[in-house]
Amino acid sequence: MTSRRATVVFLVLLVGSMTGAVATVRALDRLRLSATDEELYIPSAPVLRRLSLGYTGLMADLYWTRAVQYFGSRHHERAAHYPLLSPLLDITTQLDPRLMIAYEFGSIFLAQQPPEGAGQPEKAIELVRRGIQTNPGAWRLYYHLGYIQALELHDYSAAAHTFEQGSRLPGAQPWMKIMAAILAQHASERDLARLLWGKIYESTEDASIRRNAAQHLRALQVDDDVQRLEKIIDDFRSRFGRPLANWNELVATGFLRRIPTDPLGKPYRLAPDGHVYVQSPQDLPFIKYGRPPQMGPGNIPSPPLSLPGD
Amino acid sequence: MTSATHSTTISRLTAIAANTFREAVRDRVLYNLIVFALVLVGAAVLFGQISIGIEKIVLINLGLTAISLFGILIAIFIGIGLVSKEIDKRTLYTVLSRPVRRWEFIVGKFLGLSGTLVVNTSLMALGFFAALFYVTHGFSAQDVSLLAALYFIVLQFVLMTALALLFSSFSTPIESSVLAFAFFVIGSFAEELRSFAAMVTGVTRWASAAVAYIVPNFAALNVISPVAHGEAVSGRLLLFNTIYTLLYAAAAISGAVLIFDRRDLK
Amino acid sequence: MNAIETEALEKRYRVGFWRARPRIALRPLTLAVRQGEVFGYLGPNGAGKTTTLKLLMGLVCPTAGRARILGLPHDSPAVKARIGFLPEQPYFYDYLTATELLIYYAQLSGIPAGERADRARRMIERVGLAHAARLQLRKFSKGMLQRVGIAQAILHDPGVVFLDEPMSGLDPIGRREVRDIIQDLKDEGKTVFFSTHILSDAEALCDRVAILHKGELRGVGAVSELTAGVKGRVEVLYRGAAATASLQALGAQTHVTGETARAVLPEDELDAAIDALRRSGARLIAVTPVRTTLEDYFVAQLASSPSTAPTKVEARR
Repeated sequence: MTSRRATVVFLVLLVGSMTGAVATVRALDRLRLSATDEELYIPSAPVLRRLSLGYTGLMADLYWTRAVQYFGSRHHERAAHYPLLSPLLDITTQLDPRLMIAYEFGSIFLAQQPPEGAGQPEKAIELVRRGIQTNPGAWRLYYHLGYIQALELHDYSAAAHTFEQGSRLPGAQPWMKIMAAILAQHASERDLARLLWGKIYESTEDASIRRNAAQHLRALQVDDDVQRLEKIIDDFRSRFGRPLANWNELVATGFLRRIPTDPLGKPYRLAPDGHVYVQSPQDLPFIKYGRPPQMGPGNIPSPPLSLPGD
Repeated sequence: MTSATHSTTISRLTAIAANTFREAVRDRVLYNLIVFALVLVGAAVLFGQISIGIEKIVLINLGLTAISLFGILIAIFIGIGLVSKEIDKRTLYTVLSRPVRRWEFIVGKFLGLSGTLVVNTSLMALGFFAALFYVTHGFSAQDVSLLAALYFIVLQFVLMTALALLFSSFSTPIESSVLAFAFFVIGSFAEELRSFAAMVTGVTRWASAAVAYIVPNFAALNVISPVAHGEAVSGRLLLFNTIYTLLYAAAAISGAVLIFDRRDLK
Repeated sequence: MNAIETEALEKRYRVGFWRARPRIALRPLTLAVRQGEVFGYLGPNGAGKTTTLKLLMGLVCPTAGRARILGLPHDSPAVKARIGFLPEQPYFYDYLTATELLIYYAQLSGIPAGERADRARRMIERVGLAHAARLQLRKFSKGMLQRVGIAQAILHDPGVVFLDEPMSGLDPIGRREVRDIIQDLKDEGKTVFFSTHILSDAEALCDRVAILHKGELRGVGAVSELTAGVKGRVEVLYRGAAATASLQALGAQTHVTGETARAVLPEDELDAAIDALRRSGARLIAVTPVRTTLEDYFVAQLASSPSTAPTKVEARR
């Protein structure tokens, strides 16, 4: 009924146009995400609730997706501000107060300093507190709250109190009590951090949160390593009366068993003045020690070469 | 014995498009535009009570959203009948017994309905600008971006028309309207669906990615909020959206042609 | 070159929920229509006449076989410019007027812009719709729509005209007018292929006819040749009702009015009938041969069981 030629032409047109359309969509997505406008014109949560005609759960999922996308794309570009993260997470949790992952995400990525987070620990606390209000039985939320208080605000007594409260809820895991006790004993911050991040790493189901926790754990390892190595170098100089030339000397003299490497497998660098630095600081965010000099992450000024100890 | 007659593709396309336009105009569905214009002017008068500044924003939001939704409805309701109605009523028989190729029929219908929607939108836009002028007592340079927003709305109509035509070529009006609405709703959230697809793995990922690319990308064509706040529309966005609409419509129309070519008419 | 030629043209449909059962709408049809003929395509409703026309128009695809019109493949656009088609119970865009419709079709058929309005006007006059030229088609009666249909079929002066039930919906005057138009078309040298289930129309107009029954071709040829093969009948007029029963026993159809009776019976039985009348003492008034109509041929054909080789009165060239 129709010529073969016409069929072929339109088949080619169909496949070609659709392929082109998909490519254009990808370009459009990139264009829309890189827009620099800061205002989002998000309506308030009550308005959205009415607009969603009862499908608040779906709307919440939508905003959750947007929040993750927003953070992810800006994080990729090492942004210094994330002004919309808090409003997006607020809307998400107001539309669906039981969306636990949103509280967990917010407790970490709202609280951390840029570019790894929004640097708004107070907002993070507000978010989690609201979650506790609407989900009184969710002991995990106390954990998220305690984490912020301990590691970002350094308010150990408040954190201890939070963990204590959470540990009393039915279903709470025993380590909550242990955490409370450790906090009350003013344990070192690094040990606390290791414990908390270790717990987050084990227990989260979200890939980006687990990745973030792993980065923290590696950073803690580096901090330990750098301080330990610098002490060893100092000992060497006291013993032999001269500065260390290279790592092999330490191995030869029995101070170390082998060349020291960072958690990513790269050997540490030895500076002439006895300081130890990592080779690729951009792959190890969150480290406090071991940053090469004149090197600062993004917009944050580089830290002083020697930091006060814990 | 027979007189020499020779028609060209262009003349046949024009004839079918013009006829489709004429049909739409004589269909009372289009008289919504009068209703719309009146409602808008009335709303504008009411907004005179609120302080200046907000009333312009609300008027733009309300006006452009109404134009967009009205037009989508028209595109769907007329579009889904374009082919199926002709097959049911058999008005198609005397058309296809002439030297009209089946693809010319589909493309002509598409051009006719798109043209109708452009005219419809222009008239509604006049009403809109009239109301805007009444409220703000003058236009500013920023209002050029309103034209860009209207252009994107027209692009949305073109996409919807192409899809409605595609559905009309193989399914009944009820099935077509369900499909059309589904594509419209999912298309409005296509961006989020693509983000979601990036966050998951396995079958879910491929399935959601497939859907997210097949539905039309409506979100990128909605710049009503930014424009209401006086923002300009970037040239690249204009370019990409135009290219996308042309490609997507071409794909949908090709699908319609391929299906319609093979169809036995009852 | 024949005007229309089909070669084992067949159409099967698959029906049923899972499309399992095939329904044969048209069994392999091989037919030839000469140029300048008026050809009648006859058969009861559901025989497949409309299916054949839809196949020839390219509206449905054949499941087997081929067709040629004026020597070209039946669905080629070049052919479409030289044929006209009137579908069964046509329906047109009801928001247009008759004039607008014809001008639209003229444009689709490639009539130059300057001539369209004039051609439309002339066609409207020719089918007797001049008074309704500016009326919207939704206000047209069935008969008026039929005339519009004929107008659009001959608008572009095609060489072959296909009409599906052109007389349906028309009053006797309308039917006479359509018959006149068909005769005019023949005089202009056009080929007319029309389907109908009204045999008397076919008898009056057609050079040749074909009979279709349940999708199968059952006979092709000139009317006189087809009816020649059917056994004739005679009409006997007599007085004396007593004889009626015995005549009926011979297979007569009788009609009694008062004392006079009329009986129509096969001519083979005429001798036996006259004997019966004499025996019962009835008085014979008249004996008249009854003309065999196409209907008689038709009924005779349809009564016999279907065969794969249709009876062809006309020898193949």
